[in-house]
Amino acid sequence: MELFTNQVLAGIATGAIYACMALAVVMIYQAIDHLNFAQGEMAMFSTFISWQLMQWGVSYWAAFLITLAFSFVAGIAIERILFKPLAKAPILTNVAGFIALFAIINSSAGLIWDFTIKQYPTPFGSAPFLGSQLISTHQAGMIGVTVLLLLGLYFFFQYTRIGLAMRAAASVPESARLVGINTSWMIALGWGMATAIGAIAGMLIAPVVFLEPNMMGGVLIYGFAAAVLGGLSSPFGAVVGGFLVGIFENLAGTYIPGVGNELKLPIALALIISVLVVKPAGLFGRHIVKRV
Amino acid sequence: MSAAEEVVAEGHEAVEAVPKRAMTLGTGTSLVVLAALLIVPVFVKNFIIFQMTMLLIYGLAVLALNILTGGSGQFSLGQSAFYAVGAYTSAVLMEYFNFNYALTIPISAAVCFAFGYLFGKPALRLSGVYLALATFALATAMPQLLKLNFLEHWTGGVQGLVVTKPDAPFGLPMSQDMWLYYFTLAVTVAIYIFSVNLLRSRSGRAFMAIRDNEIAASSMGVNVSLYKTLAFGVSAGITGVAGSLGAIAVQFVAPDSYTITLAISLFLGMVVGGVGWLPGSFVGAAFIIFVPNMAESISKGLSGAVFGVLLFLVIYLVPHGARQVAILGQQFVGKLRKN
Repeated sequence: MELFTNQVLAGIATGAIYACMALAVVMIYQAIDHLNFAQGEMAMFSTFISWQLMQWGVSYWAAFLITLAFSFVAGIAIERILFKPLAKAPILTNVAGFIALFAIINSSAGLIWDFTIKQYPTPFGSAPFLGSQLISTHQAGMIGVTVLLLLGLYFFFQYTRIGLAMRAAASVPESARLVGINTSWMIALGWGMATAIGAIAGMLIAPVVFLEPNMMGGVLIYGFAAAVLGGLSSPFGAVVGGFLVGIFENLAGTYIPGVGNELKLPIALALIISVLVVKPAGLFGRHIVKRV
Repeated sequence: MSAAEEVVAEGHEAVEAVPKRAMTLGTGTSLVVLAALLIVPVFVKNFIIFQMTMLLIYGLAVLALNILTGGSGQFSLGQSAFYAVGAYTSAVLMEYFNFNYALTIPISAAVCFAFGYLFGKPALRLSGVYLALATFALATAMPQLLKLNFLEHWTGGVQGLVVTKPDAPFGLPMSQDMWLYYFTLAVTVAIYIFSVNLLRSRSGRAFMAIRDNEIAASSMGVNVSLYKTLAFGVSAGITGVAGSLGAIAVQFVAPDSYTITLAISLFLGMVVGGVGWLPGSFVGAAFIIFVPNMAESISKGLSGAVFGVLLFLVIYLVPHGARQVAILGQQFVGKLRKN
């Protein structure tokens, strides 16, 4: 039993990483209706920016805020310059665009900062949290920030005019346009916010997985899986999905014989798919009714 | 779940409708292309012949994805898994059971068809991004499954298997590469003709009806679940053939040759060639074989970025892929004829 509790706790700690990433994935999915394959790379690039700022002597929190602002603007710029011209292109062409963006960002980060692994500081310290050996204060801080972020987003979408406008633009673009919402800019805003959330995720994850251009590969896959599991239309679902994926993954590694580190991912994915076969819209997703 | 929470999606289809006439080349053009494919190898070096063989093989794999996505509207990131199964089927049969290489091809087609058909069953309940995730899971699991201990005796584990390259039969005076090229070309032509006819048949019309509107198709009496799984099976079978040919051409199979990167390349090939346009599959295959090399030669450190920029250029200029170029070309020729 103790092994079980320990593994669940450890799962929650890794789950926080996935929850952060899943939140960013859901944000952009809400705004543009696609999964952005380059999301992880964008987060990685933002994290490198903050690292560079700290190397130049900027304090952690100042670097954090500058990076957030930079990411927000960069996200909007990427949408305006690269993806707005593709708005009318087929969806699969857009997906190819994400893959291209992935290649560009990954390769440029490698050229600018090279592929060696870098240490990344944490503002929370890495002592054991409340005497527990499994969760460090950093991981606890990470869970805290994820929850705060979720609450912030909830209030933004429920109680602000611009949040309402973004929801309207995402769910029924035509009607939103008729009531005077600039849907095209709402999409750009969604990109900006998703990039900023991705940057937060990146900066929180970096102390755990270490900073390097390929750091996000694995995390993004789990983030996608978490978002899909929780339901792509629900930020709350994404966070719950993130924690569940973390727990799944740890328990599978512990209890199923013959599962090394390498089979963890396929097993976690297989479990998620079994859930999807039963609940196709994800655990908390809204059911979509098709009009013929 | 209350009704008020439900979202109504307008007829917003992931894959645009391509009329079946627009899915192929005219007979004349096809014959010219075929003649070129027959004659060119006589005049070029072995390495180029090898690259042309790979082009046909990847072309087949992209074609298979095109039947699935362009034909029946289902999305797959798991093609690399079917490719791996085909490759391993051939390799194991040839190395452990001394099968003739040509005989292994229909066998891997059958094995992969069954695999794809069975995979398509649970995947029936999924569509769009959910199906993408399920197929993606298959693609990430495949290399790990091939490395499993109890399969190691057959698959050679991480080391993989070495496959012997066949000699030209009947004492024909040609190199192994050239023989393999003509062999691949024959298989490719046969599969291409099969695919074109498949899409023109009753089954093909059923695929397209499902792609364009699943609910309408089912109310017209199309057995949606049968044809969706059938599309998966056919696509997997053709991908398996490509995998077999690939294993014979490269003379080596190893788990890490069949990762998700391969599946993503095949997907890019389909987009660049034009979703739903079968001849475009070979244009797309050329893109995924040659453009990364080209990017590497332009800049070693930034090869990924150069590749990305080239890909962006292609999708900006022709968002509908090579199909759009072909349509423009046709209109241009039409105008010339009028004058």
